[in-house]
Amino acid sequence: MTFWLVLTANSITFGGLLFLLSAGFSLIFGLMRIPNLTHGSLFMLGAYIGATFVIGMFGVKLNFWLAAVLATLSVAFLGALAERFLLRRLPGDQLAQVLVTLGLSFMAADLCLIVWGGDPLSVATPPELAGFARLGVLVFPNYRLAIIVIAAIVAIALWLLLERTRLGAMIRAGVDDPDMARVVGIRVSQLFTIVFALGAGLAAFAGIIGGPILSVYPGLDQDMLPLALVVVILGGTGSLLGSFVGSIIVGFIYNFGQALLPELAYFVLFLPMLLVLLLRPQGLFGRHVP
Amino acid sequence: MSGRYFALGVVIVALATLPYWMTGVYYVNVASQILFYAIFALGLNVLVGYAGLVSLGHAGLFGVTAYATGYMLQLGYGHPVAILVALVVSVIAMAMYAALSLRSTGIGFIMITLALGEILWGLAYRWISLTGGDNGLSVQTRPAPFGYSLSDANAFYYATLIVFLLSLVAISVFVRSPLGAALKGTRDQPRRMNALGYHVWGIRFIACLFSGLLTAVSAILFVYYTQFISPQTLALTSSAEVLLMVISGGAGTLLGPIFGAGLVVVVKTVVSGFIERWNFLLGAIFVAIVILMPEGLVPGSVRLWRLAWRKRESAATVVSGGAEAKS
Repeated sequence: MTFWLVLTANSITFGGLLFLLSAGFSLIFGLMRIPNLTHGSLFMLGAYIGATFVIGMFGVKLNFWLAAVLATLSVAFLGALAERFLLRRLPGDQLAQVLVTLGLSFMAADLCLIVWGGDPLSVATPPELAGFARLGVLVFPNYRLAIIVIAAIVAIALWLLLERTRLGAMIRAGVDDPDMARVVGIRVSQLFTIVFALGAGLAAFAGIIGGPILSVYPGLDQDMLPLALVVVILGGTGSLLGSFVGSIIVGFIYNFGQALLPELAYFVLFLPMLLVLLLRPQGLFGRHVP
Repeated sequence: MSGRYFALGVVIVALATLPYWMTGVYYVNVASQILFYAIFALGLNVLVGYAGLVSLGHAGLFGVTAYATGYMLQLGYGHPVAILVALVVSVIAMAMYAALSLRSTGIGFIMITLALGEILWGLAYRWISLTGGDNGLSVQTRPAPFGYSLSDANAFYYATLIVFLLSLVAISVFVRSPLGAALKGTRDQPRRMNALGYHVWGIRFIACLFSGLLTAVSAILFVYYTQFISPQTLALTSSAEVLLMVISGGAGTLLGPIFGAGLVVVVKTVVSGFIERWNFLLGAIFVAIVILMPEGLVPGSVRLWRLAWRKRESAATVVSGGAEAKS
């Protein structure tokens, strides 16, 4: 019984992390119509930059949360640069944009290997969340609970941003009909940069927040990118609710798969994706078929 | 036209005599690699160039064939059985791959093929009882068709060359056939093709099967060449490498992918001699080609050269025009 409860709680935690990762992926996809293949790299880069400061690798040792903020901001800035100076040069050519993100992801992976080497870095849990919580029969690490809370807060904040602010209204307009949005005076290409930076920052934040439970290692990018893809194929692109539900589903399938069928954990992910592709190609909550 | 046939003849003679003028096992092996990667690139080009469908999961299919061959050999079957089973498994895998990914085109197709490729990679990596996980599978012997052993580098090169030429003939027949023309039609005008009564999905499906078959052929050559398979073969990097071969040479041309395969293999073997960071270079070349020469290196250089030429000419006319106005 406890086994199942722990597995369920772990699945929700992992789902929360996946939501942080894939919400930006989904928004970028919804607005720019491209799967951002650097998303796994941004996650890994955030994790590495954060870990550097938490561990104090280059002489600067920071508090975990400060390091997380720093990693988020710097990766968001890098994302904005990549959008502004590389993707912007290929307006409307989505295929070329995807290929550029693919090329960038290789460069990022190799740069991380040069800077941080091949050995995994373990990130210490922030000391204020080091203990365990007792929930009935279940004993669960505080930090994992905190991830769930953080993911929920980010989800609400993103929802408020998208539904209750002027910027959010412009983004939604861009997702629904970019041409019409341009006609009514929304600077859609500026939105691209903002959303790309936002998505990059969220991915980096997920990376460092996930650091204490996943650790940071070369190849982390290739482990996370397919998960983000599956979440978005399941949930549908450009929909916050879609990435939320998709993340929780994938979190459950991945964790239960790992525990029950460790050799086929990746393959089990494929089944719900298959069903959605066959029955509802736009995803559970998507507005258009990609 | 006769000039082209002459050039083709020269190239074939050059390839057929390669072990004699390019001595050294190392160079012959590099040539074999270029040839089987060229088959792989030609196979992907059927989709990328002629069908307009960019597959980012082809290394997964390549791996399925490679593992099928290796696994059958490990079970103790002979080479003909292993090759036959591997080809059948590959075609079935490709049919499933196509049935899933052809639900979409364009970006959706990229995404689904990417996800499928990653899932195949994950399977190879984690399904240790079947694939050996990170340790990979090794293949002990190379086959000896008609009693002619391929364990020697030159013999392997000739076998690869024969398979390569057969594949090249097959693909040029395919491209020139009515089916190939219809495929290009579905790439450029799918709705009109549909209105004309063509079964767009069916044509694309057949193109996928053909592409998968070429991929499988190159994968079998690869397994026998390296005599080893590991999950790295199926990684996204490998899919991207072969895609780079196609787009760097020029997608939708017959010779482009072959040229691209040569370029990537040479750069990779030469550069990896003194730089460890091949992936960084791969990424940088990728970005540079997409941004600067999206049509491929060969057509791209021609275009840039012409552009430079025209600029010089127009600069000359401006100067002379200015001189006239003064006088």
